This record gives sequence, structure tokens and C-alpha cells, in this order.
Amino acid sequence: MRRAVRVALIFEREHLVGVSGGKRNGLRQQVVLSGVGGQGILFLSRLLAEAAIACGFPVLTSETHGMAQRGGVVVSHLKVGGFDSPLVRTGRADLLLVLKEENVALHREFLADGGDLIVNAPIRPDAGSGVRVHAVDGDALALSAGVPHAVNLILLGYAFARIGGGEAGGFFCAAGEIRDALSRRHGGSGSRLAASLSALDLGIAHGTW
Amino acid sequence: MSDLILMQGNDAIARGLVAAGCAVAASYPGTPASEILSSIDRWRKKCGATMHVEWAVNEKVALEIAYTAAIAGLRAAVSMKQVGLNVASDPFLSAAYLGVTGGFLVVSADDPGPHSSQTEQDSRLLAMMAKVPVLDPASPAQAMSLAGTGFDLSEAFGVPVMLRPTTRVCHASQDVDAPPFLPSVREARFVKDPARWAATPLFRRKLHDRLAEKIEAIASWPATAPIRVNPGGSPAKAVVASGVAFSHARELFGELGISDRIALYQVTQPYPLHAAFIDHLLETYAEILVLEESAPVIEMQIADRRRVRGRMTGAVPGTGELLPEIVERLLSRFAGLPVQGRTLSTGGGRGRRPTLCPGCAHRSSFYAIRKAAPAGIFPSDIGCYTLGINLGAVDTVLCMGAAVSQAAGFDYANRLSGKQVDIVATIGDSTFYHAGIPPLIDAVVQGARFVLVILDNGTTAMTGNQPTPGSGIGAGGEITAAIDMEGLVRACGVSFCRTANPDRLPEFVALLKEALVHSRERGVAVVIARQPCAMVAFAAGGRDPGAIAITAECNGCRHCVDRFECPSLVFDEAANRVRIDEMTCTGCGVCVHVCPTGAIRSA
Repeated sequence: MRRAVRVALIFEREHLVGVSGGKRNGLRQQVVLSGVGGQGILFLSRLLAEAAIACGFPVLTSETHGMAQRGGVVVSHLKVGGFDSPLVRTGRADLLLVLKEENVALHREFLADGGDLIVNAPIRPDAGSGVRVHAVDGDALALSAGVPHAVNLILLGYAFARIGGGEAGGFFCAAGEIRDALSRRHGGSGSRLAASLSALDLGIAHGTW
Repeated sequence: MSDLILMQGNDAIARGLVAAGCAVAASYPGTPASEILSSIDRWRKKCGATMHVEWAVNEKVALEIAYTAAIAGLRAAVSMKQVGLNVASDPFLSAAYLGVTGGFLVVSADDPGPHSSQTEQDSRLLAMMAKVPVLDPASPAQAMSLAGTGFDLSEAFGVPVMLRPTTRVCHASQDVDAPPFLPSVREARFVKDPARWAATPLFRRKLHDRLAEKIEAIASWPATAPIRVNPGGSPAKAVVASGVAFSHARELFGELGISDRIALYQVTQPYPLHAAFIDHLLETYAEILVLEESAPVIEMQIADRRRVRGRMTGAVPGTGELLPEIVERLLSRFAGLPVQGRTLSTGGGRGRRPTLCPGCAHRSSFYAIRKAAPAGIFPSDIGCYTLGINLGAVDTVLCMGAAVSQAAGFDYANRLSGKQVDIVATIGDSTFYHAGIPPLIDAVVQGARFVLVILDNGTTAMTGNQPTPGSGIGAGGEITAAIDMEGLVRACGVSFCRTANPDRLPEFVALLKEALVHSRERGVAVVIARQPCAMVAFAAGGRDPGAIAITAECNGCRHCVDRFECPSLVFDEAANRVRIDEMTCTGCGVCVHVCPTGAIRSA
């Protein structure tokens, strides 16, 4: 029995596993990003994660790699605020960004009741009741703007325009903080940054009229 | 701006290793471990450390190189996926007996799920068999800190240590506070001791006893002891969790409000499980639930079958990933709460199947193989080209290098039945160097009759374009010697070895037919299908959308869609014809040769 008391002292300790407090206390946001290989899903989730860190939030993301990359389904989970698990449970996402319309059926169940679905689709798809659906033909916009690989940023810009962001609610950060994150990624200048920013702005413009 | 940076789990492991003074690192790429070595090289450059960093030809070689540095007194690490540990298992088990003098970390990344692996195996079981302690991180931040702890543990006891992250740690990203780099001041100094380093069976028996003693001592090492993360109170129930299952559980404890009713323990060293912890658990709790991936490693070390629930008792699903939805259900049931939450469903199905990239030359090779050997048997191997299964040109996939041995095996089996069937095996360049050479030598010596197509795209594409021994570049982009593949194939005794570009489809089909004639009459023929990976070529600006057009002659026969399966050829059901998806088309033009009616043209 003496031994049991001693070991209890060893094992009954608090320890910290990578959870720290955020600037805006209590904010917790779960986002699922869905598309197919080559659309820049991972780029988009890292961009959002970097913006979250710049805003002072703890962040966790989870990606699918490997076989899925070759044209198959790619899904990325992003959790901003005090979380431990890197995965979003079904029915818990505040926001679902879908870069390939066919994935709506696949990942719709992640969305919480009352959540927002942002989808790259020419016509508003049926996503059932209880969620807000925002559709934009990102492919057509990207092709007409001559940036076929920037659909991801067009959709992100559109999402910001539709649901807002920052202190006012909506996204955990404002669109300006995405611009800053893009600028840091591209080293502050250059034609790639300009192209990325204009794709983001194109999406914002289409979401605001 | 904060000092925290976003790090992927693999990047964090790499930072932890370099910061702790790792001097030698070797790896063979494999998802989910692939990014570790490239990150090590990046951190090495950032901190100006003197290190040897290499992509080895396979995992066995990688482990032997790093291990040797560790018996010369340096800190060294080898990284691989769980399937790679099978390849390296021979030196791994032996290294446990002989031990190390410098710190030696074997990073074996598991893939519960499995998302991109042949098996769901748990590396911790192989560590148990080898009697090697294992550390099981729950997050990228913890993986980073356990890399340093692993070196300390390894040096404290003179044993190799396994760090076993899983996909959800490797490919999760998190804001982490990175440790500073400690300059390594050690010098390699190998102390000769043949009784140990070249031990014969008599000494091995003694080394085994010594290893067993070390493992017993490690089972009470304070730095890796399990910890209760919600102390206080005297609950009758406890949850014991490791890896990312712990992270799911910790989050759910808060959401379900069960922290004051159930104790939650994190185990970071699942093997050997701390002996006093086992006593503590069994003396304190009436019921214990164990959550771990994938095998019941912790559970089997807690001997009481009446009070412990887990994978062995059927309380936890015996296979597959422990998704947070599953953990929620298990915790609710364990706490006596109503089971909430939506049931898992597959939604609208599994979605589109993965396929070779637009512009990928493997597609041309597979199309040509089916043209040249319509009734053939097609053994294949591990890599992007496994997706040739969609094109009907991959019949078997077993493990690295098996395409060559299976091709030979099919020929021997057919021969016994008095048959000859055309056999065309496919293997990537990286896989060929990894495990294809010994079976090729064997096939030549045994007089096997088949065609081996080496799909040489100059890179290890599946795992993110790491170099191969033929690439002529190293892990840090430095120039290295490049292996001459044709010379190597000929040196294996192959008399027919020809190289061609598979995108020149008609010529390539003719070459395969020639190789088949050779194989029927004279044994193994090798065709090297050489064309750079499309991901590399087109990322460099080689894309030419609008180069291909579908003419009015398209009659909707679907041949190109079903048999060539390029994602840029889209079948328009309403119009009953094919159109080109300019969002993805690279303009490679191979499909021009595929259409039976000539309706695909270069514009």
C-alpha cells in the first residue's frame, strides 16, 4: 500500500499538451475544406492557419496526403481556438468550403446545424435544410481571369464577402489578415503575390454584389 | 506577432531532432513519414549544423547508416513508414541487442485507417518484439519534444528508441514554440569491442539478458511516466489513452463534462508500460478503458481482464482509425451518458477514385502495355503507378520489389502447367533501386520469361518527389553521383534493355511487342519508359492548355474515357461526347493517338 501512495504522487500531475490561450478568449471555430487533388486545399488551410497564429489563436489542422493526392478527394480540417484533437467531428463544422461540387454530398455531414456551406458551383446545389448555402462559379471566374489555379483563393475571397470575418463575427479573422498571410508567404512582393491578391479580391467582389 | 510558428507534425519532429543535436539522418520516403527528412535538411541549413542527411536506397540501408553513427557515439535518426520498418526489421532487432553509445531514434510512422498503406500494422508491436522502448506522441508539439526525450532515453540506457507518430500527428499542423538549436560538439569515436559489435550467438544470449534488464529499468524511468491530466477527486473509473486517441479523449472530456467523474491518463511510453503505473491503475480503479491505435499494446500489459476494456475485450473496435466520433461514443458509454452525436456515414460514397495526373507518362505506358499484351498478366508494385489498376494494367500489388519476383513466379507456375502467357511487370525507378534489383538477378539466373517495364520518371513521385539514386541530386539539392540504370540492368544479366519515351505511343507499343518476342524466346526483357514526372514538368511551367481539341467526329464511344482515363477528358452525358477540361489539361497530346475515330486533334 505504501507503494501505491508513492506512485500516486508520480502519476497525478497536470501537464500541458500544446494548448494556449487565444487573444479573443473563448473563440472556437471549426472549418472543413474539401476538394480534389491539385486544387490547393492544403495551401488554403495552411494560409488560414498562419492567419490564425498571427491573430494569436492556437490552431490545429489535419490533412490527407498520399494516394488521395492523385486526383482523389482531399479534405483538410482546421480548428481555431482551444482544441486538442486535430479532427472535426461530423455535425461540428461551422464552415464547409467545397472546391469541387461533387464533394458536397461527401462532406455535407461535417457541417453543424446553422453552419455555412461555400461551394464552387455554377448553380446553387441542394444541401438539405438547416444550413446556409453560398454558391459561386469559381471555375468560370478563374478561367475568364486567366488564373485557372487560383479557384481556391477566389472561393476564399467569396466566403469572406458572404459571411464576414474578424471582430464582427463570421471568420475568425478579417480578409486583411489573409492578405497579410499571403504577403508573408510570397515574401511581400512579386507577380505571384499580385496574382494571389487579385484572385482573392475577385472572389470578394463576386460575394459582395 | 507571436513567436509561435505553424508546423506540420513531421516538420516538428525534424526540428526536435536537429535541435537535440542529431548528426546523421537517413530515410526512405513513405507516407506519412516522407516530410521528416526534407525538413531535417531545411532545419540543418537554418541552424548551420554539420550533418549527414540522405535519402537512402531503402529503409534497411537507411537504418544501418544511422545506427552505425550511433555506435560511433553520435546522435542519429532514421525515419520511415510502418511498412518500411518491415524492410528494416532485420537490423532493427539486432540493433536492440547490441545497443548504442550515442542516441539512436527510429521514427516509424503508422497509418491507422489506412490512408495510403498496404497495412494498418502497429509499429509498437515490432518494438515490443525487438524489446525497444516506444514513445507515442499525441500532437505535433509533443512529437517535437519527445524527439529530444527519445535521444535522452536512448543514451541513458544505451538502447535504440522508437518514436511512433501516426498519420494524424505527422500530417496535423499546429502552432508550436520551437526549441533553440543546441550546437553538437561531439566527435565520432568508435570504440572497438568485437564481443559486442560483432557478437556471436553465445554473446547474443548475454546481450539479450542485458536488454531485458534495460527494459525493466526503462519501465520506471520518470521522464516518460504516464500522467493523469485531470488530477483531483477519487473517481472509480479511468481512461488510459495514447497517441492522437488521447487528444480526441482530452477534448471530449471537456465537451462531455466528465472530468470530475473519470480520471484521464496519457501514456507517452506505451512499451515498456511503467510497472508502478500498472499497479497504481489496478489498485485505484474499478473500471479502466484503454484507447490506443492500432494494436492493444498498452492493454495487453495491464493484466486484469475483468476490469480492463479495450480492443482485446471488443469494447473498442479491433481495426481501423479511432476517429473522434468513435471515441465520443466509447466515452459516453463508459461514463453512463446517453450516446449522442450523429452516426458515422459515408455520405455520398467515397467520392472520385484517385487516378494518375493529367499528362502523366505512366498512363501512356499502361495503355501501351494493354495494346501490346492484351491477354497478359500484369504484376506491379508500390508507387503512383499502382493506380494503373484503373487502366486494367495492374493485376497484383504485394510489397516493394515484388513486381519482379511475382512476374517470375507467374512464369514458373505457368511453365509447370505447360503454358506460356505474356507477362508484363511494372515498377517505378525508385522502387526498382529499393528492392527490384535482387529479384531481377534471380529471374535472369532462373531463366524466367517476362517483360519488366521500369517506369522511370526520375523521382519518387508518390511521396512528394524525393530524389532517386538515378536523379543525381541529394536530400539537400546537392549534386551526387547518378546511377546508370541501363548499365545496372545489363549488369544484372539482362540482354534485352531498351529505353524509350512512352508518350510516343505507336513507337512504344512496337518496342513492347519486340520485348515480348524476346521474353518468350530468350528470357527477361527490360524496357525503360523514361519521361519526367508530370508534377515536376508542369509545375515548372510546361503546361499548355488549349493545345488539344475535340472535333465534331467524336461519336461518344467512351474509349478514351474508359481505357485512357485522363482526368482532363470529361464525358458530357447530355451531348454524348467528350470535352477537354482546360483547368487541368497539360497539352501532352498522348490522347491524340488513343481516339479510334481520330476525333482528338492537336489544336
